[in-house]
Amino acid sequence: MDFELNEEQQMVARMVRDYVTKEVAPTIKEWDRKQEMDPQVLPRMAELGILGVSLPVRYGGQGMDYMSLGLVCEELEAGDTSLRVVISVHMGLCCYAILQWGSEEQKLKYLPPLAMGEKIGGYCLTEPDAGSDPAALVSTARRDGDDYIINGEKMWISLATKADYMIWIARTDPEAKKRSGGMSAFILETDSPGVTSGDIHGKLGVRAGSTGWVNCQDVRVPAANLLGEEGEGFKIAMSCLDNGRYTVAAGATGLIRASLEASVRYAKERHTFGVPIAHHQLIQQKLAWMARDYEAARLLYLKAGWRKNQGLRNTRETGLAKWYATDASFKAASEAVQVHGGYGFSDEYEVERFLRNARGAVIYEGSSEIQQILQAGYALGYREDRPLRKELPPYDPDEWTREE
Amino acid sequence: MKIVVCVKETIDTAASLSLQDGSVFWGDASLIINPWDEFAVETALLLTEEHGGEVVALSAGGGEKNEALKHALAMGCKEAIQLSAPEDMQEKTPVVPSMLAAAVQKIGDVDLVFFGRQSTDEETGLTPPQTARLLNWPALTQTAKVIAHDPQGQTIEVERLFENGRQQAKAALPAVVSVVKEICEPRYPSFMGIRKAARAIIPKWELSDLELSSTVDSAWRSLRLDVPASRTKKVEMISGESAADIAGTLVKRLLEEKVL
Repeated sequence: MDFELNEEQQMVARMVRDYVTKEVAPTIKEWDRKQEMDPQVLPRMAELGILGVSLPVRYGGQGMDYMSLGLVCEELEAGDTSLRVVISVHMGLCCYAILQWGSEEQKLKYLPPLAMGEKIGGYCLTEPDAGSDPAALVSTARRDGDDYIINGEKMWISLATKADYMIWIARTDPEAKKRSGGMSAFILETDSPGVTSGDIHGKLGVRAGSTGWVNCQDVRVPAANLLGEEGEGFKIAMSCLDNGRYTVAAGATGLIRASLEASVRYAKERHTFGVPIAHHQLIQQKLAWMARDYEAARLLYLKAGWRKNQGLRNTRETGLAKWYATDASFKAASEAVQVHGGYGFSDEYEVERFLRNARGAVIYEGSSEIQQILQAGYALGYREDRPLRKELPPYDPDEWTREE
Repeated sequence: MKIVVCVKETIDTAASLSLQDGSVFWGDASLIINPWDEFAVETALLLTEEHGGEVVALSAGGGEKNEALKHALAMGCKEAIQLSAPEDMQEKTPVVPSMLAAAVQKIGDVDLVFFGRQSTDEETGLTPPQTARLLNWPALTQTAKVIAHDPQGQTIEVERLFENGRQQAKAALPAVVSVVKEICEPRYPSFMGIRKAARAIIPKWELSDLELSSTVDSAWRSLRLDVPASRTKKVEMISGESAADIAGTLVKRLLEEKVL
């Protein structure tokens, strides 16, 4: 067993860390206060290749492996969660849905502009009344000649007002016997007539990111944009979560690290009772928990990434990593605020932002409660992952870096 | 046109250093490209992007992986070469200029040799002028701007930055140039560059490849390393009858401490 990252992975992590340190950290507090996304973030991430980091070169990507994607997410979220969310949605949920389930024509049409950041990807599953229970969604897609006509509203959609292409899950067969049956996935171009969207303000965290709603009112989508087969929507939606959750797990790990680093720094500077607070055992205990959780979360997400590289199913491992890392990141951020005392309660220090940002990930992409049910299901033998008609391709360095 | 950039592998600037048995110890801190050298690489790449040619990165010493050379390749250098000498010789800084100068001559047809102004570990800033002396080329140190580079006319004109001002200087090529951080903003390594760098097998030139003897001597040598005395901080509360009194005392204290 080799625990060392290869040179490529180490250099990718360092490059993204440099970008975050130099270009994100100096201004993120202002954007968070404004509750707006820095307009430079998406163009800059596109320019640096981050928006296509782990996609094959022939589809416009940078040809890095899935573990590198995790490392990128760790570094981005150590700066701010809003940046990692971009990758989760754009790459994890949108690009990978097309890479896994798309026809070659769909891949050649949609992946290059996404990978190069000319277009931004999104993912529309959650609805106002369908969150942890996605089979309850009511959005519809009705076949009409060579098109489908989509109606419905999606809620809590990241990059709602930024995305150009969205994976839209809708009910195509209202009469289907199974609740999860009769659903299909589509590639929706958001400049189609009838698509409207808006951002939600007043969020607890991820304020420098775009989260909102998307509405489709009699939107015509060509049948050629059906992703996978009709009726396969639920499976596609769930398989996408394996990738979205992976990026969330890796990002939350970065948040633990950021909480630890900020706490260590402050604990050495701040004095009480004549000594730096780092000398107090109860402060040390908090740092120790953060250090433990960081290492454990990192190992869990890297194992999931390794399984992706090998082309092995990773629903269980990814879910475990997501559950552990997000719970631990919330705890780490909360303890970081405690280490900072009264100063941690204001945005003079970044730890209050960490705490607000950490809270969302315990809910989205499968709440901690859902993750526990899944893990219990595996442990009890009630749940097993059956092979999918199409799996996410393994990472083959030669294949992924092939130009044509 | 060929440009050589000399880069050095140094300890991460965020690392905590200590002195153990007369040697600097940095624990398991990572090694990085000397931050000043990134500016040199960027300047060289910009010149070749403008005038054509290629950039070769050279590094004397460093570990097996040599992070400095890998980083330079990932930024866009076409080639990287590691220069190797026995460890006890590497500790003598002047061996490095001899190796770099010999390597530049071995590469041949080099117009410019770029350096960062100094390395963040030893901070001597001596390697660029020493290399220039050995090559018998002009040395343009402290360069903050390339005003004009004329590969055909074989000249370079630069602006040099000093504490008290700026100086414009022109030199015939080939020349050695060391740069300060005001010269440019280094690019990040590209992912394509990272792939290339990670897979690159970097050739290693030994002393014999450079036709240098193992007795190459130093113009100077390091005798001892000391940890600088730690700074002490104290807080002094100034009191007085009125704001004017307090301000007066404050000004007096600042003058005494030579702050004003």
